[in-house]
Amino acid sequence: MRFSEAWLREWVNPPVDTQTLADQLSMAGLEVDAVEPAAAAFSGVVVGLVQALEQHPDAQKLRVCTVDVGGDEPLQIICGAANVAAGMRVPVATIGARLPGDFKIKKAKLRGVQSFGMICSASELGLAESSEGILPLPEDAPIGTDFRAWLGLDDHCIEVDLTPDRGDCLSIAGLAREVGVINRTALTRPDFAPVEPACDDRVKVRLLAEEACPRYLCRVVRGIDPAAATPMWMQERLRRSGVRAISPVVDVTNYVLLELGQPLHGFDLARVEGEIQVRMAAPGERLVLLDDSEIELRADTLVIADASRPLAVAGIMGGAGSGVGADTRDVLLESAFFSPLAVSGKARSYGLHTDSSHRFERGVDPELQRQAIERATALLLEIAGGTPGPVVEAVAESALPQRAALTLREARVGQVLGVELERETIVDILERLGMTLETVEGGWRVTPPSARFDLVHEVDLIADIGRIYGYDNIPVRQATTNSAMRPVPEGAFETDRARLALVDRGYHEVITYSFVAPELQARIDPEREPLKLANPISSELSCMRTSLWPGLLQCARHNQARQQARVRIFESGLRFIPESEGLAQREAIGGLSLGAVAPEQWGQGERAADFFDLKADVEALLALTGAPERFAFVAAAHPALHPGQSARIDCDGAPIGWIGMLHPALAAELDLDGNAFLFELELAPLDLGVAPRFSPISRFPSIRRDLAIVIDAEVDFAAVAACARAAGSELLRDLVLFDVYAGDNIEKGRKSLALGLILQASSQTLTEEVIDDAVGRILARLTSELDARLRD
Amino acid sequence: MAEEIGLDIDTLCETALAAIAAAPDLATLDQARVRYLGKSGELTALLKRLGTLPPAERPVAGQRINQAKGQVQSALEARREALEQAALEARLAAERIDVTLPGRGIPAGGLHPVTRALRRIERLFTDAGFAVEQGPEVEDAYHNFEALNIPAHHPARAMHDTFYFNAELLLRTHTSPVQVRVMEEQAPPLKLIAPGRVYRCDSDLTHTPMFHQVEGLVVDEQMSFADLKGVLYDFLRNFFERDLELRFRPSYFPFTEPSAEVDIQCVMCGGDGCRVCKHTGWLEVLGCGMVYPEVFRHVGIDPDRHQGYAFGMGVERLAMLRYGIDDLRLFFDNDLRFLRQFA
Repeated sequence: MRFSEAWLREWVNPPVDTQTLADQLSMAGLEVDAVEPAAAAFSGVVVGLVQALEQHPDAQKLRVCTVDVGGDEPLQIICGAANVAAGMRVPVATIGARLPGDFKIKKAKLRGVQSFGMICSASELGLAESSEGILPLPEDAPIGTDFRAWLGLDDHCIEVDLTPDRGDCLSIAGLAREVGVINRTALTRPDFAPVEPACDDRVKVRLLAEEACPRYLCRVVRGIDPAAATPMWMQERLRRSGVRAISPVVDVTNYVLLELGQPLHGFDLARVEGEIQVRMAAPGERLVLLDDSEIELRADTLVIADASRPLAVAGIMGGAGSGVGADTRDVLLESAFFSPLAVSGKARSYGLHTDSSHRFERGVDPELQRQAIERATALLLEIAGGTPGPVVEAVAESALPQRAALTLREARVGQVLGVELERETIVDILERLGMTLETVEGGWRVTPPSARFDLVHEVDLIADIGRIYGYDNIPVRQATTNSAMRPVPEGAFETDRARLALVDRGYHEVITYSFVAPELQARIDPEREPLKLANPISSELSCMRTSLWPGLLQCARHNQARQQARVRIFESGLRFIPESEGLAQREAIGGLSLGAVAPEQWGQGERAADFFDLKADVEALLALTGAPERFAFVAAAHPALHPGQSARIDCDGAPIGWIGMLHPALAAELDLDGNAFLFELELAPLDLGVAPRFSPISRFPSIRRDLAIVIDAEVDFAAVAACARAAGSELLRDLVLFDVYAGDNIEKGRKSLALGLILQASSQTLTEEVIDDAVGRILARLTSELDARLRD
Repeated sequence: MAEEIGLDIDTLCETALAAIAAAPDLATLDQARVRYLGKSGELTALLKRLGTLPPAERPVAGQRINQAKGQVQSALEARREALEQAALEARLAAERIDVTLPGRGIPAGGLHPVTRALRRIERLFTDAGFAVEQGPEVEDAYHNFEALNIPAHHPARAMHDTFYFNAELLLRTHTSPVQVRVMEEQAPPLKLIAPGRVYRCDSDLTHTPMFHQVEGLVVDEQMSFADLKGVLYDFLRNFFERDLELRFRPSYFPFTEPSAEVDIQCVMCGGDGCRVCKHTGWLEVLGCGMVYPEVFRHVGIDPDRHQGYAFGMGVERLAMLRYGIDDLRLFFDNDLRFLRQFA
């Protein structure tokens, strides 16, 4: 909410400066977002009276005005505005004046005629964004007075960002109450006398939805002057509150809304048929709103209707068909209490948000309606005349919010706030806040004011006490050490450790959005229908990722387009996988390697990273599980991967991830240069709970025998290793693959593998005989099972 | 005869010493050793000829030969040492490298600055006895809103800019639902933080549709606003490694009461006022408060027996202030030139 400091000070005027006042509000929970001058800096502008004007001899659009500014002689001023007229009072920037934008007024000659000043428009004075013509001033503007002083422009606009619980502060009256409490300053509340009816015209009101609207007041004002204008002072207050002046009826309702916090509405009586019904909408009823949009009403929406049709959406916006217009003479003023539940969320559901809905959603004081309608009537009569009828009030007492007293335990105040307050301090704060206290054993029964919808629990009262006492006055209690330890499962797989392993292997961590473009997702995971957002920011960010790869690929593309040829990145986070039992949110870690294995450097040639570089990185992660032997890389096809360079990663035979080269067709679609390699592992299956376990080191030496075999190219190394291990049994401690070769001297369709067999026994030094026997067994098994033969 | 041998010895000794002195390398030196002192070497041969001398002359001649042998032996050793020394020096000279050449290999990468800040936050809190808890990111409306005392049409919901899948399923707008989930599962006393991704349907210069929060929750029999202040003073001062001033401003969250927003003295200007703190000297970094009784009731904790406090912070905000990052969107561009700065 935005308000004028001067207006507030008319209600309460503590001896503090503007900045202190703003700080006080912020520290009381009414956060001040901005304090701005009510008008831009200018000086030397006075109220003048245009006595006469003549056509400029050499310029068709210019007039030569004689302007009385209260000096000895009137001034001759050239003016180009079309609306300047004799007898008009206007703001005049005299010689030496400074206007906003540091524009200095000097004596000037316009087409040969001297001009001793400038008649100003509202925009030239910084009072409006734009304006047509000069700013006409009212008849009573005193000639010669300083314009700034006359309009009280040395004021500030203060913007408070109120939290949703403090609907009671969405008015000058509400803010004044708070400022009074903080400063212990009494309110100088203007006196609003009721307006006596001068005719008996009235409109019948029927409450057909009492829970939603338990109180509805209205009043006829007949015969207002349609030509009346809103006075300057009111226009200024509205402007300083961020509200545009429109017409006297609208301006008066807005003014009372700002002043008291009660939203009001003015109907054109001529367009109200018969009676006012406050009822729920009939489904399908249509209404054209004041902003000219048409909505279809739902049955959950409270409307104000006449005998035949809905006129307004209650508490939200009036209808175009019944609103006041330039020719309105007879007005029906509305001042109602709509329950917060009846209005909450409704405006938003129709795509609307108004000053009125904002207040009703948060709660308007249910005892404010009469005062507000009297105030509005008085203001309207003052501005536009007319004959008021009596106030018609329809009320369903039983449906009005009941203000139950809350029990406040004195001891509880100290328990919650952590500071023991004097009894008197508590009572003083609550009474200043307008609460009624009744002393009971151990505390009080407290009745909050009707405007405070936020006080429903004991602790709400305690919070208010703390707020006024000052959070800064509550002590800072240092935490005592908690000496109890927590269990630390040693075999747990730590994601953090995995991240650091990848970082140490040259990867940068990225964090990408969990929602991705459906097209890319479908290229990577075409089988699954991803979870889609109902209201995405854009279609690019509209479906929940089922894989980390779309984000990694986008990220690689972003970087490659920015001269980063070598990209090694990883991410950990959730994948969102729709399953028959519901959505699975599984944590995964994935990486991408694109470009050289190492950055360009001297002494070694540049080599593009390949499958096996990435595989080593994945193996490093699997080693962190404590049981890498339980994982296997199995050649398998993946829609996003090169069919000849992709593997499923299994743990104990169950799939837990993928590794491979990005399919060249997809790489081309993504405009990626070079071969990108990707991996992804689910994290939960890596948590094998395996902690290290010692096994004795053999005291006997190991020996090595190398074996070069030729085998069908189709046979996996994994099969060779498994076969060799089975044949070598416990004597074969380790198996090293130190060369893979195909080409010259090897027949087509075959390949040569060079194996280093490390043999060792735990209880003896191996003899040549035993060694030869073991190597022979291994070779025989490779030959019989895999058709291997010794290389020549 | 003896004279003759004597003459031979002197000549031979001189020749040997000259050959040793002239040996340019260890191989030539070894040839000289073999030639003079080897099994069939020339000095060895002289010794063999001793027997041909008259017995009276043998001692003198033997002594002379041994003397010469000793001379040659020590000359050989001296020459070998000199040659070895020279060879070592030559090798050392030849093996000199430019130590200013860059090292080879794969340099380390780095953690994302958000992770970096998160680890720091987690470290500080776990050291103080807080457990780290996780919760789902696709959350139900009950845990994200209702259980936190934000009913369906509450104006606070409008402030959350929620991403929905349907009426019941959404992306969590804060990490606070983890509070509820933990309280559903575990009995007090509780002391935990819940870091993670959160989502709001908002994207502009100062908002990204996804960001990170850390939620904190402490529930025990005696827990007051003064304790909450203590923890946050401790955390913020340690996080920024500065004796910052803090300001607790009353605020509103449906799930805490009393509630506060916490401002720190601006870390950019020290509180003098700058662009970052909008010339106020203060930066808002946290929201916090005492757990609202309704929230306890939703999870079956007796609000008369237990009290608790909760707080929530934006990790990007803290990371920006800590590392001087001036544009929120950089976090999710994942530009390597940005990421490399946090290795």
